[in-house]
Amino acid sequence: MSLLKSSKVISSIGTFSPSLGVLSTRNSSWWGGVQMGPPDPILGVSEAFKRDTSPKKMNLGVGAYRDDHGKPFVLDCVRKAEALIASKQLDKEYLAIGGLGDFTKSCALLALGADSEVLKSGRNITVQTISGTGSLCVGANFLSRFHSASCDVYLPKPSWGNHTPIFRDAGMQLKAYRYYDPSTCGFDFSGALDDISKMPEKSVIMLHACAHNPTGVDPKPEQWKEIADLVKKRDLLVFFDMAYQGFASGDIDRDAWAVRHFIEQGHNIVLSQSFAKNMGLYGERVGGFTVVCNDAEEAKRVESQLKILIRPIYSNPPMNGARIAATILNTPDLYKIWLEEVHGMANRIIKMREQLAANLKSEGSTHNWQHVIDQIGMFCFTGLKPEQVERLTKEFSVYMTKDGRISMAGVTSGNVGYLAHGIHAVTK
Amino acid sequence: MSLFGEVPQATPVAVFKLSNDFKEDPNPMKVNLGVGAYRTDEGQPWVLPVVKKVEKIIVADNSLNHEYLPILGLPEFRSSASKIALGEDSPAIQENRVGAVQCLGGTGALKMGAEFLRRWYNGNDNMKTPVYVSAPTWENHNSVFANAGFEDVRPYKYWDAEKRGLDLAGFLGDLETAPKHSIFVLHACAHNPTGTDPTHVEWMQVAEVMKRRKLFVFFDSAYQGFASGCLDKDAWAVRYFVTQGFEMFCAQSFSKNFGLYNERVGNLTIVARDADNVRRVLSQMEKIVRVNWSNPPSQGARLVAITLNTAELFAEWKDNVKTMADRVLLMRASLQAKLQVLGTPGTWDHITQQIGMFSFTGLNPKQVEYMIKERSIYLMASGRINMCGLTTKNIDYVAESIHETVVNVQ
Repeated sequence: MSLLKSSKVISSIGTFSPSLGVLSTRNSSWWGGVQMGPPDPILGVSEAFKRDTSPKKMNLGVGAYRDDHGKPFVLDCVRKAEALIASKQLDKEYLAIGGLGDFTKSCALLALGADSEVLKSGRNITVQTISGTGSLCVGANFLSRFHSASCDVYLPKPSWGNHTPIFRDAGMQLKAYRYYDPSTCGFDFSGALDDISKMPEKSVIMLHACAHNPTGVDPKPEQWKEIADLVKKRDLLVFFDMAYQGFASGDIDRDAWAVRHFIEQGHNIVLSQSFAKNMGLYGERVGGFTVVCNDAEEAKRVESQLKILIRPIYSNPPMNGARIAATILNTPDLYKIWLEEVHGMANRIIKMREQLAANLKSEGSTHNWQHVIDQIGMFCFTGLKPEQVERLTKEFSVYMTKDGRISMAGVTSGNVGYLAHGIHAVTK
Repeated sequence: MSLFGEVPQATPVAVFKLSNDFKEDPNPMKVNLGVGAYRTDEGQPWVLPVVKKVEKIIVADNSLNHEYLPILGLPEFRSSASKIALGEDSPAIQENRVGAVQCLGGTGALKMGAEFLRRWYNGNDNMKTPVYVSAPTWENHNSVFANAGFEDVRPYKYWDAEKRGLDLAGFLGDLETAPKHSIFVLHACAHNPTGTDPTHVEWMQVAEVMKRRKLFVFFDSAYQGFASGCLDKDAWAVRYFVTQGFEMFCAQSFSKNFGLYNERVGNLTIVARDADNVRRVLSQMEKIVRVNWSNPPSQGARLVAITLNTAELFAEWKDNVKTMADRVLLMRASLQAKLQVLGTPGTWDHITQQIGMFSFTGLNPKQVEYMIKERSIYLMASGRINMCGLTTKNIDYVAESIHETVVNVQ
């Protein structure tokens, strides 16, 4: 009854009727000025692929491994780990902000190696992150906040498309260094050295640890050594992105060689790791971010600041994938199976590269396709121009990114012939 | 010489430090009334029976894999989660003007909402729009909005410490004087940390001012179902605001009501003027998601989606939620009764009047320190206790400790 006595309440009852209230403001929205955002250049490809009804369609866009039947591949070690975990009947209590300890320890060990002096002295801090993207996001924001000496980050030209918005959003200035040589479809070593020699001291330089995305072009060990020396001379802060450890050569130690070499040479690097591809845990979002510090005391300070950074983004990371990864890494039998499966995935891709090059030859292509075999990892930078890519998509329903990158993981012995045919058709 | 030589040691997040200290305390009588997670009467975490059931369903389903979810998340999770907040028959849903983003827990949903508002609300990249959070509020609200770039995060009057209830006049007063277009973070139910919610009439008054003064409604709904035991009752405020024609955000968490804390299951529900606005908003949300986490984790969302979309499982879940809410209500009644029997100075009705997981006891910092140091009972410096930390076995010890503290420490 006191309801009726308040005039404020009466006026609100007057607008209680939905149609009355909404009519007067139907055409004015807070969001009238929000433009339609363009589709994501990489993930948008998958969405376009899904809409295509052609039975021959191929998704060579996003880097997700497929078996030789073109099906997603759930690793056997993953299934076994899941069964093990299910039997333990664990609770679902919050993880610490920095994530699952069993995971972060083994994540760092995987990257740095068992004889790592860094691990022995405890001068690294490794936090669990939302896969590689989450790791880069945390890293970029950490540098933006605490690396006051420079706000420049140098990306290789080209780099993973999402690097740029991540660093930009964190408030860093994006710069580039020469990397891919379109005339050879290989590494522009002298161009890279030249650009690195001109980078202002204390700038951040982003290096892809192995299986460069999108080009598949990696420096050779001797080249890495020279780069490491020059980077040290220029006093640059090294940010390694390692999303394909194990996937490039099939050997996890070989793929981590550059990371470990830089550390041995005295670089205190920051490192992003993803387990999306090498464990097939894409949707579980498993990753790590590592800062190699001067000593354990500094690592503690850095850790405290990483937590302050993470808390207002998502509070603490998801358990499921990290638990699976930790179980695999810490259970010798499963670890062994994992190494074999990673090797298997890498081998299938190497085989597909060989078959694609061979098929292009038998199609009668006169172009040099050696780079298809020389490039490494999930991706191949075909050298196709945007117009050719568009034709390949429109006429053959082959989906890939505009830069000419194809995910070899999407190629199978069943469709490699069709792909070669399409590529030849648009390039002859 | 290190690049990070000057990085200062940050103070730890208070609520997690409290749990750490509790862990290290050797006192066998110790009680943890800190972090907001449900506990059974045995003081144990509780994996909901329906969750265990659905986990088995997922394991047995060979068609499932670990592929990437879409950027905005699992579609069947997003739509069913929004239905939970807005109601099956929500006019906004029927009018096709509701969108959703699956996020990393409630925190992630607040983060996405905050980032979007900073970029697109009240101009472009307007960091000066005031963001109002209740005094007091969940401490992370401040950081989420500040880190999204908002330069002016301010308190609105909420808790009246003297009368131990809602400061309605103060709240309405701040709404009246807030700059137009200010953003207000409202707790949908079971206010954290005070446990004090506006009544329906009071919510109607809040809505009236907000509509008149064109203030932005951003609900934080972390305890739906947990407050009263009934999902619909707990969503009354959110749904009322929808009927009032607001365009608004609602950050939902399924950490507590599903007990899925560590799987980070959250949803940002967006109510807009029409479908076209929703579409454009979601397209921009994708850009923000992409630079933070690319796409969300699948396990928890799958669990919730299967539960919400399967009739028997949905019924079982509601039952599990009621079990948790009922135990909390029982502990509230118990504690209040015991304090009364002990003759503890002061009034303790607020313990049963407050709602949800938390109670603002009214203990001051000195008293809190005494509770921790002398009695090994861990609670937040604000005097907030987590009712779920109480059990039939420890409630006498806690009641006696509160009594002793209030009598000996001023």
